[in-house]
Amino acid sequence: MSTTTEAATRGLVEIRGVSKSYSGHEVLHDVNLTVQPGEVVAILGPSGSGKSTLLRTINHLESVDAGWVTVDGQLIGYEQRGERLFELKEKEILTRRTQVGVVFQNFNLFPHLTAAENIAKAPVALKRVNKADGRELALGLLAKVGLSDKADAYPRQLSGGQQQRVAIARALALTPKVLLFDEPTSALDPELVGEVLDVIRDLAKLGTTLIIVTHETGFAREVADRIVFIDGGHVLEVGTPVQVFESPTQ
Amino acid sequence: MAGSLGFLLGTILALARLSKSPILNSVSWSFFWFFRSVPLLVQVLIWYNLGYLYPRLGFGIPFTDTYLVGFDTITLISQFAAAVLGLSLHQAAYSAEIIRGGILSVDQGQLEASAALGLPRHVRVLQIILPQAARSILPNAFNEIIGLLKGTSIVSVIALGELFYVAQVIYNRNQQVIPLLLVAVIWYIILTTVLSIGQFYVERHFARGAERVLPPTPLQAARRWISVQWARLDEPGTPTSAGLDAKSESFRL
Ligand SMILES: Nc1ncnc2c1ncn2[C@@H]1O[C@H](COP(=O)(O)OP(=O)(O)O)[C@@H](O)[C@H]1O
Ligand SMILES: [Mg+2]
Repeated sequence: MSTTTEAATRGLVEIRGVSKSYSGHEVLHDVNLTVQPGEVVAILGPSGSGKSTLLRTINHLESVDAGWVTVDGQLIGYEQRGERLFELKEKEILTRRTQVGVVFQNFNLFPHLTAAENIAKAPVALKRVNKADGRELALGLLAKVGLSDKADAYPRQLSGGQQQRVAIARALALTPKVLLFDEPTSALDPELVGEVLDVIRDLAKLGTTLIIVTHETGFAREVADRIVFIDGGHVLEVGTPVQVFESPTQ
Repeated sequence: MAGSLGFLLGTILALARLSKSPILNSVSWSFFWFFRSVPLLVQVLIWYNLGYLYPRLGFGIPFTDTYLVGFDTITLISQFAAAVLGLSLHQAAYSAEIIRGGILSVDQGQLEASAALGLPRHVRVLQIILPQAARSILPNAFNEIIGLLKGTSIVSVIALGELFYVAQVIYNRNQQVIPLLLVAVIWYIILTTVLSIGQFYVERHFARGAERVLPPTPLQAARRWISVQWARLDEPGTPTSAGLDAKSESFRL
């Protein structure tokens, strides 16, 4: 399905001809997008334009009506047999999903687990590490997002900005090839936005593929290699920040 | 015992009703419909008297009297078993609804996050959803268990030696009706109180993370109260903050 060779790929996302409707209302219309390994792409667009839906099709939190999405040449929710695509078994989908991390607008941390437990949950449950190593892993990631002192705090004892940083650390715990952010700062007080953007900025330098839905145009312009502008389920523009912001075609 | 069996079965029923499988859905719905419709008293009597209708239960060759494995129904379903069976099935139907309600109260975002992290189904159910659902399940669950405890008085109709039945037997013998009923009442109160205390600690356990500060246990509250009184004795007239923070720490209605 992919034309790129295996060796060169780590976090290549290909979206081809993706369409999606909810009860007759078309939310995504023939979307095509290729995100190179290590690239940072920001998706902009008005509310209700289909940004979240597009992001969610990438790791099959949302199924598609037409088209396909691959990560490093591998379909996430489907397998190809002959000319047709078949939805994979749940177990297989779960395994493939771990290649793609998601950071949600509302954090969605597990409220009954501490910060460290939130982070270690998936790697331990998927038997990648044992419990003790899981804790070590969590502490290391918490240090990365500047929250070493909050390992044993419960989400409700943290500020929104701190919760979102824990959520980013949790998404990193499975060492995904691609990280998806759905308006990661929209639920935050203005003075807390900066600390979360700082963490994302650091990630951008490390070479993980990042796809970020955001309303922070200034931030998008600064960190993104390319900007995608969506409206009404159509991709209207794709280009470097300079192209999109300084000489927009629309 | 009927309580735990009932809740275990209830949990399975609730999960079945919430699952995507249409077969599991309809099986659990029918079970639930049937056992919620039949009065407990009738059920217990039916289970107990099943022996008169079908004297033997077992696996055999159809339409013949040959049994490969067979038991006398009476020995299989004793008085005790009839009580446990009736109470468990009855309880399962009710607890299934309580548990389903609890599961529905958990934010959909939790399922999404679990799915995005690739957590296997059993981890999602047992480690993410049920512990959060527990918070809204527990108050109702303890109500049900206490109800069940008192509901055991119903099985006295099949002459099983539970508390109320024993009290009846004794007062029929010595005519001391009121004193013996009072004794029974005191026992019920003691058992219920023990369960209520258990409820406090179990609920406190599952409140972790939901409240910024856990409510103090009675022991902690007593210690705090004593230390406030001591402080007052030491320096009469000076207000202390020790008693104040208990109110500001957690939100109460
Ligand atoms: N589950 C759903 N059922 C029906 N309509 C939906 C559903 N999810 C999203 N939509 C609709 O799809 C459109 C795009 O939604 P979304 O992708 O969330 O937009 P955005 O993230 O850009 O604000 C909206 O019009 C929304 O109302
Ligand atoms: Mg959205």
